[in-house]
Amino acid sequence: MQNSSQDSFESLSPGSEETAGDTLTPEQAIANLQGADLGLRFYAAWWLGRFRVRDAAAVDALIIALEDEADRTPEGGYPLRRNAARALGKLGDRRAVNALIQCLECSDFYVREAAAQSLGMLEDASAIGALNKLLLNGLLLGELVPQQPDSSQPYDAILEALGSIRATESIALVKPFLEHPIPRVKYAAARAMYQLTQEAVYGETLVRALEGDDLQLRRAALADLGAIGYLPAAEAIANTLAENSLKLISLKGLLEYQVSQNPLPELSTGALKVMSLMDELL
Amino acid sequence: MTDTLQVQKLIRAVDEADSSAKLLEAVQNLAAVRRSETIPNLIATLGYNNPGAAVAAVDGLIGIGEPAVQPLLELIDGYNYGARAWAIRALAGIGDPRALNTLLDAATNDFAFSVRRAAAKGLGTIQWHKLPLDEVYHAQVQSLEALLVVSQDPEWVVRYAAVVGLQALGMATSVSQAAFLTQICSQLQQMGQQDGSVAVRARVQMALSQLPG
Repeated sequence: MQNSSQDSFESLSPGSEETAGDTLTPEQAIANLQGADLGLRFYAAWWLGRFRVRDAAAVDALIIALEDEADRTPEGGYPLRRNAARALGKLGDRRAVNALIQCLECSDFYVREAAAQSLGMLEDASAIGALNKLLLNGLLLGELVPQQPDSSQPYDAILEALGSIRATESIALVKPFLEHPIPRVKYAAARAMYQLTQEAVYGETLVRALEGDDLQLRRAALADLGAIGYLPAAEAIANTLAENSLKLISLKGLLEYQVSQNPLPELSTGALKVMSLMDELL
Repeated sequence: MTDTLQVQKLIRAVDEADSSAKLLEAVQNLAAVRRSETIPNLIATLGYNNPGAAVAAVDGLIGIGEPAVQPLLELIDGYNYGARAWAIRALAGIGDPRALNTLLDAATNDFAFSVRRAAAKGLGTIQWHKLPLDEVYHAQVQSLEALLVVSQDPEWVVRYAAVVGLQALGMATSVSQAAFLTQICSQLQQMGQQDGSVAVRARVQMALSQLPG
């Protein structure tokens, strides 16, 4: 759901499919991020992530922006911190890990969510302890807290991050979320459990989700299956009632996983099968 | 054979569908009869923002084939971008050479990658035998040149579709135009080395292993 393929998802909305001509340069964006205009700072933080400006100065400025106090919503949120946290995941610089871990304690839900997503993208094991701690908010004596649905923490983002980091020591904390009443959280738990155990039962949970009534949830399941590269889902992905663009991205995840197991120029039977399904969706 | 009355009933079911599930079912039923009088209704479905129904309508239009080409070409202009993508998919699937100029333009110029993607695949699967003999070579050259451009597209999925199109064009011309095959294979080999996407490089390997020679 919220993950490294989110870019591809965002880019599917009409009008934003292609990036329109943008006049900002990396230098200007970095300068804007440190300037006085709150609107320009907010946009610059997004822009640096969107265009993957992997420049040390950009990373430094974004890390500083994670402690911003100037940009506040009426409810007390931190818009600039949210954008900076999201951008840092995309830039792939592990110097951001400690600052993002600090953000997991931020009072703003969306800052915590963005930080968890980005820590998942950076795949740094040093975040596991802090992610576990946040996840424990949803648990009481090893089970989900009785007050449900509990959406006090960005559980889906936390679970996905632990899966991406391959935090096998977190399995006991992740597993109870398979019963969570919020479908996205439940899928995130299935996705993480698959990554942590490679057991097909969790992949199958996501395959069943492809048949749900809600298009948003089918899209989420497509993204999850692509992220875990679960080959037995290939046909079901191709047959899901959703946009071909999203099915192609999901199948691309399966194909990449096949290639990672069987490097090119070899092609596994699974890779050939996935590509023949992709060809039909073009 | 479905009679006209039944077709009218199926068309009415599409018009009267009041939920996306009912619309999907109605369009699937309508698409299944493969009758040319359903073409306007199937084309209208492409604009409803219901991906399932659009898939069924495209399948139906491809199944109807040639009679759907002219209405699709007429309706493609000024359509919303989602509907255009579906219409071009239908044209690409039908492969009628009257759509060649539309596909050439869409593959190289359309702002929406889903349209470029569908058009690129279609450029490889034109039914060349439907063209007068003396026009085939020029049309294939245009298709090849467009696909070579499209194989540099910034979107991975469009480059992937270009590989699929190049492979199909290579297959179709392997006997008549051996020089095409040489050029296609050399382009594919280059992409196999240089393309930034694993998925595209994998599709290149598949194409190279399936092309003759």
